[in-house]
Amino acid sequence: MLQGWVVVVVSFAYLGVLFAIAYWADRRADGGRSVIASPTVYALSLAVYCTTWTFYGSVGRAAATGIGFLPIYLGPTLMLALGWFVLRKMVRVAKANRITSIADFVASRYGKSQLLGGLVTVIAVVGVIPYIALQLKAVSNSFTILIHYPEIIMPAKAGTAPLLQDSAFYVAIILAVFTILFGTRHMDATERHEGMVAAIAFESVIKLLAFFVVGAFVTYGIYDGFADVFDRAQASTRLSALMTTRDSAAGYGSWAALTFLSMLSVLLLPRQFQIAVVENVDESHVRRAVWLFPLYLFLINIFVLPIAIGGLLRFPTGVDADTFVLTLPMAHHEQTIALLVFIGGLSAATGMVIVETIALSTMVCNDLVMPALLRARARALHARQDLSGLLLGIRRWAIGIIVLLGYIYFRAAGEAYALVSIGLISFAAVAQFAPAVIGGLYWKGGTREGALAGLLAGFAVWSYTLLLPSFAKSGWLPGEFMTGGLFGIEMLRPQQMFGLQGLDEITHCLLWSLLANIGAYLGISLVRMPNAAEASQATLFVDAKERDSVAAWRGGAAVAELLPLASRFLGPERAREAFERHARDRGLGRVDDLPADARLAQFAEGLLAGAIGSASARVMVASQVQEEPLGLDEVMNILDEASQVRAYSRELEEKSLELEQATAELRAANAQLRELDRMKDDFISTVSHELRTPLTSIRAFSEMLLDDPDIDLDERKRFLGIIVGEAGRLSRLINQILDMAKLESGRAEWTTESVDLPAVVGASVESLGQMFRDKGVEVGIDLLAGPVKVFADRDRLTQVMINLLSNAQKFVPDEGGCVSVVVRREGNSVLVAVNDNGPGIATEDRELVFEKFRQGGSVLTDKPHGTGLGLPISRQIIEYFGGRLWVESAPGRGATFQFMLPIHDESAPST
Amino acid sequence: MPPGVESNIMMRSRLVAQRLAALFLLGCLLFNFPLLALFNRDGEVLGIPLLYAYIFGAWLALIALMALAAERGGRQ
Repeated sequence: MLQGWVVVVVSFAYLGVLFAIAYWADRRADGGRSVIASPTVYALSLAVYCTTWTFYGSVGRAAATGIGFLPIYLGPTLMLALGWFVLRKMVRVAKANRITSIADFVASRYGKSQLLGGLVTVIAVVGVIPYIALQLKAVSNSFTILIHYPEIIMPAKAGTAPLLQDSAFYVAIILAVFTILFGTRHMDATERHEGMVAAIAFESVIKLLAFFVVGAFVTYGIYDGFADVFDRAQASTRLSALMTTRDSAAGYGSWAALTFLSMLSVLLLPRQFQIAVVENVDESHVRRAVWLFPLYLFLINIFVLPIAIGGLLRFPTGVDADTFVLTLPMAHHEQTIALLVFIGGLSAATGMVIVETIALSTMVCNDLVMPALLRARARALHARQDLSGLLLGIRRWAIGIIVLLGYIYFRAAGEAYALVSIGLISFAAVAQFAPAVIGGLYWKGGTREGALAGLLAGFAVWSYTLLLPSFAKSGWLPGEFMTGGLFGIEMLRPQQMFGLQGLDEITHCLLWSLLANIGAYLGISLVRMPNAAEASQATLFVDAKERDSVAAWRGGAAVAELLPLASRFLGPERAREAFERHARDRGLGRVDDLPADARLAQFAEGLLAGAIGSASARVMVASQVQEEPLGLDEVMNILDEASQVRAYSRELEEKSLELEQATAELRAANAQLRELDRMKDDFISTVSHELRTPLTSIRAFSEMLLDDPDIDLDERKRFLGIIVGEAGRLSRLINQILDMAKLESGRAEWTTESVDLPAVVGASVESLGQMFRDKGVEVGIDLLAGPVKVFADRDRLTQVMINLLSNAQKFVPDEGGCVSVVVRREGNSVLVAVNDNGPGIATEDRELVFEKFRQGGSVLTDKPHGTGLGLPISRQIIEYFGGRLWVESAPGRGATFQFMLPIHDESAPST
Repeated sequence: MPPGVESNIMMRSRLVAQRLAALFLLGCLLFNFPLLALFNRDGEVLGIPLLYAYIFGAWLALIALMALAAERGGRQ
């Protein structure tokens, strides 16, 4: 039954079924009833993680190391627990930014850098090639073994058979052609492949089913259940060693390193990124994948150990443990199971190769070839009307070349390693993406140079410590550098760098490469601040929760320019459809109605990003968009943190300014208080001095009267007269001080009413008539005829008049003294002037006389004539009634004290 | 949607995240030295070597808890 042609026919039939499923799923998707819009299908498609490495290699690894195969599946289990954070965030970011591959993701994160996208692509291609070689090796070996049934013959060493007789060569060609036919049938604007995902989910079911069948056959068909298998293993000293693991620091270290490595790989392998992130149709599907995918991994591992033990018991020597899954049923002549196993292995291999090469070809096309073409031959490209054919061509070639490289690696190094070891080389390569990707998702400080430096450093260390040794071990490179180190420097031995020993090669590579990678990524990133483009992308990635897109275009382009551009990459029909949909979304009837704004440019960029990657799309749209320069304000808005810092410092500045103002006000208030305090002290000392003067003379004369009884009567009378006069002056002074204090504190009592001013002036002059006559002063008076009313306090006005008149009387000369009083109208006011023919007041003293305790004339020579409070009090009173009091004088020609008060119009309402 | 309901959903989503993060830490603990070393010796559970029984048992329990956290937490 298992002749070669049967196996070939069944294989092609299986591939046909895959085609049918993909076709059916694409049809359904076009009809709006997507089959992959299901969390279960999503979780199953994630199982593309399980390749022939799992299907054949796990048993091989278990036969060699016992539980050593498990970290590769425990790691993803742990990562899926974190998937709620990391995977969902990656999906959200990728959707918002129309990310098409992991290279696109990294390029987009660090300011849409084409260089970075290209570098990630190169690392991914070089890193994943061993992994593809692994699939070729597994399929061609299993095919060769199967067609020799019933004999069990190990295939010849890889690379020894001539090319045309090497089954791996044909496997490579068939897989390449199949993938090209399968994956690049048409150009998809979103870079999503519904049919492919459905087929991959189906393949996951097939490989699990096949493995379960063979596992159950070995455990329950050949043996009597798990306990029986393990009992037999315990009986053998060689096998019982597998029941425990190496109990050493290096053993546990290597276990932890493999767990960590597979944690990263389940997200960062190009095919895992493609399936988990790019092909994800709904973020909420992650919810089921969190447990269903680990459960899948659990199930596919249950029978690994029984098969390994069964194989070791059945074939003590001569059969490669990597083939036990196939050779055990063959040895028991179970042809159907053997064929099913082969198909299971084929499904594991095709699933991996299809998704991996499609993902890689997308990256090669979008991030390597197109940017180069756009740069080198932009004019020729602009001339071509429909570029979608060119894009498909590039991808097909990329797939072919990648599979071919895989085959070359298989010929070069395939035999030196077991399946799992080959796969781990690839795992270590894609782990180099971790700092740039995970760091870029959670840290805004990463820069383009930092990511470049980290990737380059990690990739270089990986190449030197893992890739080159794999060539050396298979004899493709001279082995001297392995044992003697590069240039004969022992410290540089690739697998004992700097003399570090005791680690297995994977752990060793992981340690040094991630050390270099993370160190360079952080170190170089911290050299400078992220620029505007990096900062805006960092915000989009790191704060993916808060916002989903930002209109980054600052200009527009017309439909007439953007539609042809999109048509050239997507094909006219798809482009037209997409633009029509966009027009409908914006509530416009026709495509031509779309305004040439930033939103349209954004839409076109997103559309193109789906086809040619974000970096290339940016360049293409930029060629059409008239972009305005980025204003300072907008840069500040983009630099979210920077603007926050700015706002904060502005606030601080305002606060400190306020504080400064308050301080200045306080200082001024304080100075005023000090001044007032000083004035109060001055006032008190002046008042005490003024009080002491009359008091001193009263005391002196009283003492003389008391001490000397012989003073004659006239003298006594004179003394008593002085005492009475001084006592009167004292009591006047005290009254005036109290009066002044009342006026200044605003507690004086006023009785305001309508007063006839000429009458008050006349009465005041009359009341002082005796005093003037006594002194022989002539008084002239010139009053207005009728009454002139002012609104004031009659007594206070009288006080002012008496003050002014007695003041004048004091300064007139003893002989020919003359005082004149004039009242006259001046507009709405009435003026009262009291003129004397005394010595007058010097110009500089004119205001001084209104200060408290200041008197006209020299303080030293002239004896005081009054209290020094009369004029200040008078001025206060006049100003209280809304008038003013001043003096006009020239020395030697007398002085005129005059005041003016507003006339009270009684017809007007009083206020 | 009233604001209360929305914040309730947010809170529950955060709770799911915290539960899963805790399970991640638990898994890191269960599948590494030193807990692993405790079971790295001869012995059997129902005929299955102790180390295998432990790893597969813990693995399945962890998956069950993850399923519980992810599916129940968000649906209530």
